[in-house]
Amino acid sequence: MAQEPDAAPPDFSRPRTGDGRRFVLSGAWTLAASGRLERVAAELAEEAVRGRDAALDLGGIARLDTAGAFALNRVQDELGRKGVASAFVAARREHEILLQEARLREAPTASHPRENFLFELVADFGQSLVGGLREAARGVSFLGEFVRALGSLARRPWTFRLTSLVYQTERFAFRAIPIIFLINLAVGAIVAQQGIYELSFFGAGSYSVNLIGILVLRELGVLLTSIMIAGRSGSAITAELGSMVMREEIDALRAMGLSPIEVLVAPRILALVLSLPLLTFIADMAGLLGGGVVSWTYGGTSPAAFLALLHNVIRVRQFMVGLIKAPFMALVIGVIAAQDGLSTKGSAESLGRQVTSSVVKSIFMVIILDGLFAIFFTAIDF
Amino acid sequence: MSATAALTDQRRREVVIGVRDVVVEFGARRVLDGLSLDVFKGEVLGFVGGSGQGKSVLMRTILGLVKKRSGVVSVFGEDRDAVSRRRLHALEQRWGVLFQNGALFSGLTVRQNIQMPMRENRKISQRFMDELAMLKLQLVGLPGDAADKFPSELSGGMVKRAALARALALDPELLFLDEPTSGLDPIGAADFDELIRTLQKTLGLTVFMVTHDLDSLYSICDRVAALEKGKVIGAGTLDEMLRSDEPWLRAYFHGARGERLTNSRVVGSGLGAGGGG
Repeated sequence: MAQEPDAAPPDFSRPRTGDGRRFVLSGAWTLAASGRLERVAAELAEEAVRGRDAALDLGGIARLDTAGAFALNRVQDELGRKGVASAFVAARREHEILLQEARLREAPTASHPRENFLFELVADFGQSLVGGLREAARGVSFLGEFVRALGSLARRPWTFRLTSLVYQTERFAFRAIPIIFLINLAVGAIVAQQGIYELSFFGAGSYSVNLIGILVLRELGVLLTSIMIAGRSGSAITAELGSMVMREEIDALRAMGLSPIEVLVAPRILALVLSLPLLTFIADMAGLLGGGVVSWTYGGTSPAAFLALLHNVIRVRQFMVGLIKAPFMALVIGVIAAQDGLSTKGSAESLGRQVTSSVVKSIFMVIILDGLFAIFFTAIDF
Repeated sequence: MSATAALTDQRRREVVIGVRDVVVEFGARRVLDGLSLDVFKGEVLGFVGGSGQGKSVLMRTILGLVKKRSGVVSVFGEDRDAVSRRRLHALEQRWGVLFQNGALFSGLTVRQNIQMPMRENRKISQRFMDELAMLKLQLVGLPGDAADKFPSELSGGMVKRAALARALALDPELLFLDEPTSGLDPIGAADFDELIRTLQKTLGLTVFMVTHDLDSLYSICDRVAALEKGKVIGAGTLDEMLRSDEPWLRAYFHGARGERLTNSRVVGSGLGAGGGG
């Protein structure tokens, strides 16, 4: 039975002497022979089919495994289908057992049944459309569950996990300060440099302060922060909740009569809702700082002049527009992240998929929401 | 029965796995401390020991997944450390491994899992691979429609069976089983023991089985080796182990659970006189 790699390959011969259609098999009829096994078996069937009957002499086989036995059975089946009676002779006891075991009781199904390509394309499109709508419906329903959980927390405020809220806020806000500060500083500086350069052609270099102020405060600060937080904290929430689903921790909570939404989701989403405005404020300041520094070093506007110009152009509402959006962005990120985390299935692969989908969806929704806000603020002339 | 016993005795001479004075350390902790063990051709060896004693570590050392500090591991008579990479690769195709939790590739269907070793190491047609995969499924007692399921869609028992089918993909001579019956219900575990026994007899396998399951030891193991404090404290037939005075072995086989099985075995099976106390 050993499969020495250097064993003789499977083969067969037809001795001239003796009783008619006898085939003497030799060598190792094992899977180790790879393609050769298949080829020799096919040749054997081809040769044997020319007679009325065939005797396959297995006495000389050095080794046989299930693959070899299966190939031999297949030869016999094929001969049978073509009306050639065949029999195994001189088989050893252990080979007989193998030959018995290596028979398919069930026809193998084809490996990859393929539909029409066009049909598949349309079906796929329809499926993802329906899937997307379902997803949206689930998101809204989850938001409802979250609000209901908030309601029951409001009635029994002592059950709220304050420690968890503080801990999550530290993770989402405090730990994110350096990165939020840095990217907004950089983006503020870039906007200022580009603005000063392009506007200077029209002699309007000083208007770059308007550009920086309005762009950073109304849009860039909150948008960059939201995208960053969706990638940083949204993915963390999905991964955490997802792995808790996988280890049945969520089920354990439910079995104890606790609501995972109240215990796990509410503190996280509330922490996000608190964190994002704080971070947006820091982002705004960093953006203005970056713009100011570049205006000074590159545009030659002194800090005092920059501040004076800024004071002229920017009203409090510009600042408020950015800040008002922040908690809504946080809510969207949190709900998507939590819902994706909780709908993780058993496998680690599914967890990875959920995290990716959570980040992609929340960034997409953050940008859509920002667009809706832009329309809204324009409509109310704010 | 006696014919098989005689056959087994005759095969005793050939050592399939030879472990000599193997030392494995994780940091400062010495897990295997000069361990030696032989596994003979055609036998089912049950490897027992307390939790965290390093049973799986020995298996992983033999497989080359854990680095040893010193000692010699030879498989099929060849020293693991001395052979060329090519030769080692050829050796690796002569054994199959069933990991504790199946270790099926979650991104592949059961069929693709079984075909993976074939696809990587053999040049055979897709049709032949499909048929062989089906045959392996049948050998381990899985229905044909399990072929196109993903591991996450299978129950615990089915995962073990599918993983066994994958371990058998290349028709190995040596099978490593890491706690094959853990996590199965008693009926499922008994079925799985039976399955391993049948396959072992049909395919003439040598089986190295790490286990906690006393039932498995009684029903399918030809020999038992016990691990304690990094060494094999006893190896032999079950009857020899039952007669041993070694304190750990006494606690293991003559504890409340062991005793119950020992007694029922004396009444219920004809495998020989058990040494129950």
